[in-house]
Amino acid sequence: MSENLTLLFHYNYFVTIFLMVAGLYIVIARGNMIKKLVGLALFQSSVYLLYVSPGKIIGGTAPIIDEKFQVYSNPLPHVLILTAIVVGVATLAVGLALVVRIHEAYGTIEEDQIFDEEKGL
Amino acid sequence: MTALEPHLPILQVLVPLFGALLTAFMRAGTRAWLLATVVAWASAAISVMLLVRVLGRSEPISYTMGNWAVPWGIEYRVDILNAFVLFFVTGIGAILMPYARRSVGSEILSHQQAWFYTMYLLCLTGLAGITVTGDAFNVFVFLEISSLSTYGLIALGQNRRALLASYQYLIVGTIGATFYVIGVGLLFLVTGSLNLHDIAGLLADAYIVYPRPVLTALAFLIAGISLKLALFPLHLWLPNAYAYAPSTAAAFLAGTATKVAVYLLIRILFSVFGLAIVVTSLPVEEVLILLSAAAMVIASISAIFETNAKRMLAYSSVAQLGYITLGIALANQSGLTGGIVHLFNHALTKTTLFVCLGAMAYHGCRMRFTDLAGIGRKMPFTSAAFVIAGLSIIGVPGTAGFISKWYLALGAIEAGYWPLVFLIVVSSLLAVIYIGRFVEVAYFRETSEAAAGAYEPPWSMLWPILVLAAATIYFGIDTRASAGIAAQATEYLLGGLR
Repeated sequence: MSENLTLLFHYNYFVTIFLMVAGLYIVIARGNMIKKLVGLALFQSSVYLLYVSPGKIIGGTAPIIDEKFQVYSNPLPHVLILTAIVVGVATLAVGLALVVRIHEAYGTIEEDQIFDEEKGL
Repeated sequence: MTALEPHLPILQVLVPLFGALLTAFMRAGTRAWLLATVVAWASAAISVMLLVRVLGRSEPISYTMGNWAVPWGIEYRVDILNAFVLFFVTGIGAILMPYARRSVGSEILSHQQAWFYTMYLLCLTGLAGITVTGDAFNVFVFLEISSLSTYGLIALGQNRRALLASYQYLIVGTIGATFYVIGVGLLFLVTGSLNLHDIAGLLADAYIVYPRPVLTALAFLIAGISLKLALFPLHLWLPNAYAYAPSTAAAFLAGTATKVAVYLLIRILFSVFGLAIVVTSLPVEEVLILLSAAAMVIASISAIFETNAKRMLAYSSVAQLGYITLGIALANQSGLTGGIVHLFNHALTKTTLFVCLGAMAYHGCRMRFTDLAGIGRKMPFTSAAFVIAGLSIIGVPGTAGFISKWYLALGAIEAGYWPLVFLIVVSSLLAVIYIGRFVEVAYFRETSEAAAGAYEPPWSMLWPILVLAAATIYFGIDTRASAGIAAQATEYLLGGLR
């Protein structure tokens, strides 16, 4: 019984790990450069969950000091992840810009075709 | 000046950061170059001041951001190890600037030159930030600042393959950085702290209560950082990135980017986790020794079969990084001293080699060995500098590379790993082959069509090359500065563990 409850209470981690592995799999398995970036973004998003979800304390309120409340959620993970989201957006932007340039240079964004073309050089 | 003195650690980051912002507003390449030069040399001056101050005291310099007390606020912590790393990273950043003007001018379109210098300074900001900060999450932010600007720098290369190299590095680099954040997140969950020094104090107790998350964190941190430092077999992004980046960027990245990642690995293994957890819990030492040995031999063999000189140097970098991680894995006084001093010596040597190739590319010579035939007669000074630095890669006595290999061999003997000494010699002999091939091509072959039009680069490019080559010899003879500081840093790192 208690084992089942632990599983239930840890479901946020299961979601996190699922997204993490799914994202990483897309990065490795897909040859389309845009899809690779989507996988990368998914992989990064799973880390946001890894940080934010333990910061929530069940029954806790926003961390504003008030006599009526004793239990507060930890605000620090949210602040950290705000920064990480900005970093993730910047990475995605640079990645997409590179894909646009690659499309201009090669006329395709499929890795197989690009590597075939480069071998001929 | 005295009013600014306590703020040196933060100035180390702020000066290049704001320099980069100002450079972005410069339209003309020359003005951007002038500003970037001033900023890069100012950063180097700051790092020298920091190094002098750290050497004169026993405690690290602690700088609390906005005066917030230490475990809560962000702390910048400068000890002998990161002061030394800062010194050579900013030093290389500065010495390349006079060289950059002509080299960048010939390789990059004039309206993109200001952006090149912006990203160069941002990269310097990120690398200095990773080194100077004492906050685990701060490291991640600086890691991404340096990485994102690196992707831009590589993509500015002339060949369209530079775009591919940049994209591949972006994917791998982001995975590496995300692994690092996962590791930091797990450490934060078990200790409740982000300050590296604070985590180190809390980790011994946390390890007893939560052994599994701590070990998972260790594994994620090592894997993530290994991707960034191109530990064999995670190095596949590196050869293309160095080969197709503009010459100045390749020289800068070869000397600094991987070295800062190595510094981070040393910091995590020795200052945060401590040998007690690392050695007893996971086979970190064994795995690192195995991969380092594989890097030293296999990457050297790859270098031998490479037909492009820049890619040859890139594979040689992977092999040389193997020496450094070997020193880290040995984790005794001589071995770690060898690893740390090789950080410096290899940064110096590999930067010299890449600036020499950049000078050869200045007059349009391509980087294939068939094109480089006879270049030694056309460009005697540059080629001589290349050969001197090549001797240092081989580890000939009298050059910087010999000093590191000597310490590494001593460390391997101390640890009782005799076969490693043999491997160090084998790897050096392989280096003789690939450096020897350049010598053969450059001096003993008929001058190729591509090299026929080449001649020495302008003086502004030549003097940084000669200074770097001279430094390679100087630090092979007078080791008080380099090996002395490395030995002190090692004592500090290992002393904190006992």
